[in-house]
Amino acid sequence: MELQAVLMAAGGGSRMTDLTYNTPKPMLPVGNKPLMWYPLNLLERVGFEEVIVITTKEVQKMMATDPKMKIDVKMKLDVVCIQEDGDMGTADALRHIQQKIKTDVLVVSCDLITDVALHEVVDLFRAHNATLAMLMSNAHEFTETVPGQKGKKKTAEQRDFVGVDQSGKRLLFMANEADLEDGLSIRKSIMRKHPRMHIKTGLVDAHLYCLKKAVVDFLADNKSISSIRGELVPYLVRKQFSKTTNSPKIKDDAENQNQKTNDNFTYSNQRDNTILQPQQYEPLLQLAQERSCWNDHRGDMSEAYHGGKLRCYVHIIDQGLCCRVNTLAAYIEANRLAPKLFEEPAVHPSAVISERCQMGSDSIIGALCQVADKTSIKRSTLGNSTTVKEKVKVTNSIIMHGVTIEEGCNIQGSVICSNAVIGRGADLKYCLVGNGQRIEPEGEVHSHKHTK
Amino acid sequence: MADSGVTDEPGTKDDVHRAKTEGKELSKEEKQRLRKEKKQQKKNKEKKDEKASHESEKKKNKEEKPVSAAAPASQPPTQPSTQKAPSAVPAPAPVPVPVSETPALADKPAKTKADLKAERRARQEAERASKQAATSKPKAPPNELQPVVKRLPEHVQVDNPGVLKKLAKKLERQQIPLRLDYGYKVSLFSHLHQYSRKAPLTQQLSIPSTVIHPAIVRLGLQYSQGIVAGSNARSVALLHAFKQVIRDYTTPPNEELSRDLVNKLKPYISFLSQCRPLSASMGNAIKYIKKEISNIPSQCKEEEAKRKLLSCIDCYIDEKIILAAKAIAKSSIEKISNGDVILVYGCSSLVNHILCEAFEKNIKFRVIVVDSRPRLEGREALRRLVQRGISCTYVLISAVSYILPEVSKVFLGAHALLANGYVMSRVGTSQIALVAKAFNVPVLVCCETYKFCERVQTDSFVSNELDDPDDLIVTRKGKTQLEHWQDVPSLGLLNLVYDVTPPDFVDLVITDLGMIPCTSVPVVLRVKNVDQ
Repeated sequence: MELQAVLMAAGGGSRMTDLTYNTPKPMLPVGNKPLMWYPLNLLERVGFEEVIVITTKEVQKMMATDPKMKIDVKMKLDVVCIQEDGDMGTADALRHIQQKIKTDVLVVSCDLITDVALHEVVDLFRAHNATLAMLMSNAHEFTETVPGQKGKKKTAEQRDFVGVDQSGKRLLFMANEADLEDGLSIRKSIMRKHPRMHIKTGLVDAHLYCLKKAVVDFLADNKSISSIRGELVPYLVRKQFSKTTNSPKIKDDAENQNQKTNDNFTYSNQRDNTILQPQQYEPLLQLAQERSCWNDHRGDMSEAYHGGKLRCYVHIIDQGLCCRVNTLAAYIEANRLAPKLFEEPAVHPSAVISERCQMGSDSIIGALCQVADKTSIKRSTLGNSTTVKEKVKVTNSIIMHGVTIEEGCNIQGSVICSNAVIGRGADLKYCLVGNGQRIEPEGEVHSHKHTK
Repeated sequence: MADSGVTDEPGTKDDVHRAKTEGKELSKEEKQRLRKEKKQQKKNKEKKDEKASHESEKKKNKEEKPVSAAAPASQPPTQPSTQKAPSAVPAPAPVPVPVSETPALADKPAKTKADLKAERRARQEAERASKQAATSKPKAPPNELQPVVKRLPEHVQVDNPGVLKKLAKKLERQQIPLRLDYGYKVSLFSHLHQYSRKAPLTQQLSIPSTVIHPAIVRLGLQYSQGIVAGSNARSVALLHAFKQVIRDYTTPPNEELSRDLVNKLKPYISFLSQCRPLSASMGNAIKYIKKEISNIPSQCKEEEAKRKLLSCIDCYIDEKIILAAKAIAKSSIEKISNGDVILVYGCSSLVNHILCEAFEKNIKFRVIVVDSRPRLEGREALRRLVQRGISCTYVLISAVSYILPEVSKVFLGAHALLANGYVMSRVGTSQIALVAKAFNVPVLVCCETYKFCERVQTDSFVSNELDDPDDLIVTRKGKTQLEHWQDVPSLGLLNLVYDVTPPDFVDLVITDLGMIPCTSVPVVLRVKNVDQ
């Protein structure tokens, strides 16, 4: 077997608590499908037959009852439950399932919605025998007004600095702004090997990683690494250029591997070498590389890859859809773009829509909806089993499952969570209505988060 | 009857035919004559073009008499002459005889000899022309000396839709995706595949590849992206991947390893040849492995068989590549003397090895590296040589005639040595050999024996490889002139990979069997085959 897929669906959605305090993030409806359906669909389309899903018990229960998950997903899902409050990072979760990992692993986050050709990332991983291959995308600004936010306040997101080489494929440098207190410093060894580096800040990390099996074993030994994105990836990127990895004394290290020292000192170079490069020393492979007249760089006297055995690659996409749904703005954007990914009819066949309803072509109506006369639904998503009474105007909004909207309401640019009831004649602009909330009739709510 | 060779036949054949239709048995004489006639017919067919038509007529006239004499002797005295004319019509001659001849035959006594001669000549020409026009299969005479017609390999018949259909069917059966050709192909090379590097075969494969072993997928990717390039490197990487396949292989129940493993390897080989056409050295390596696998005795246990195969592969690489390189280096060093100026072309792993070894032996020489676009492999050769401390000069192939007066020897690497002594190597090699010959500079080709191949080729068109045409596009000062070459209807980009050098330009071939002239390659091949 070549690759095993692991879906990380235990995240809490800490940046959109208004939506996730009742519904766990993996089950948030986007385009009337649960959020985790999208990465699962991506894996299924590409040809995976089994996925290990790491999630919480609550999500597992919801998965079992959700019709979309049961019918549409044909792969075998191996669900591993972890504690919700365990404060487990993604790397901790990988360590938890180390026994199940038998080959190289493809880690996907549950909040990734993309239509990227996955073979581009995996080809980098295969062709260059890389230790890490990841996916990034040139981000775009969210232009929609986020409900609940007063005014266009842009949160100062911590930027990521990503350094790539001239071909745009090899990952040379990765750091978050938070870690760079006194400026961005680049080691001389990197500059000597790669004199031309492009540093980009506007990239969105898709949280899709191809990792060698040796990395999972390494994680098992180094228990202090808890997050893949936050700690493991920068560590691997730095390790590409560390002096010890390039030392030719690999044979000696292989002998030392047998001595299991018990110190929990994480970054001990000796053990890292052996763990991260056991299979690299293959005599035939080396012979082939020596005889091959290919080099990945030119201008200096070193061989291909500068003799380095640990390589990290990144595939950056410019076009196409790739968004991570971890903030409210991203959620709204995803709802707008996600339906383009699949060719299902916008209106579910079981929905009952009266003829005198004006429905835009970019709206999605879920199953068992009931839309009455004289309503206008434009650029919106209606969840399953939603009831919309007469003379309602819904524009630019996301309405989840089981919502009841009484007559004469005017809803604009809002997000209304499941099982809410909007009273008669209410006027909502740029609001967020939480689960099961009630809006009084004739209420006027502007830019307000109406939650418990 | 117009054919000279057939004139003997119709007479007796009519007899026989008549006899058969009348239900009488053929006598011994008749059978013997039939056999003799058949042999003669074969011989006469070959001499057909030389024999004049009047000879045929003479024969015909002569034949009529003995036939008519023989007829009453064998059969009840039916009128042979009268029966001849009508039975001449359905003459069961093996060569198609046009029916138009019969009215002429009937008129025969009326016309003069000259007229008949002319008529017969015309008929012969017509028949010859029609035979050549029709692509009927020549009936293979039951003669063991005639060679079997060899089938052309698929990869040089890309413009034949029938062959393409067969290939598509074969790939479908093996569950391997078909790689589509890319871009406009220059008409002279439209019989070859041309692929784009931006459309790898993995696009159409499922990501955790189940049909094809992951090591083979990785290898195919490395081939198509050029990460593993060069004849030796490709063979070694191929054998390494096969080792992994063998390690992960388990014999299914009720199957024999010797037969099943060979069948398992076939789709992998198809996949690799779709990624990049196989080289001659790879072909020989595959033949060797297949032979080793099928030679495994059936009572051998799986573990032992696998171990044996793995050690066979290691042995092959050791012998044919590593030791051969050492032997060739040893012989070549005798040819390099102090003060030599050696010209090399491109990046040949073997030539680089030789030069490094010679440098270790403290011979004082310098190297001129000749390079060519679009591959620019010479830069890699330059790096390797300079790293060792050898003093080098670097030129592009356009300057080769300028630099040749300085050169004392030319060392070339080879991709394959063909059975007629031609050297197949990177495109540009034959140019270098030609110019060197013009300047009377000795050309030495270094090649291991496992690259010798039984193919025969005299030009670079018939069998070659077309690389991605987009490699020719280059950006200088921010401008890419050829960016939209596909939109210009009269423009085609050609990126050839190999060319063949005739043996007249090569002075010596240095192999692990010694230093041989180019024309001794078929001898080596023959000896190799006898050994195996």
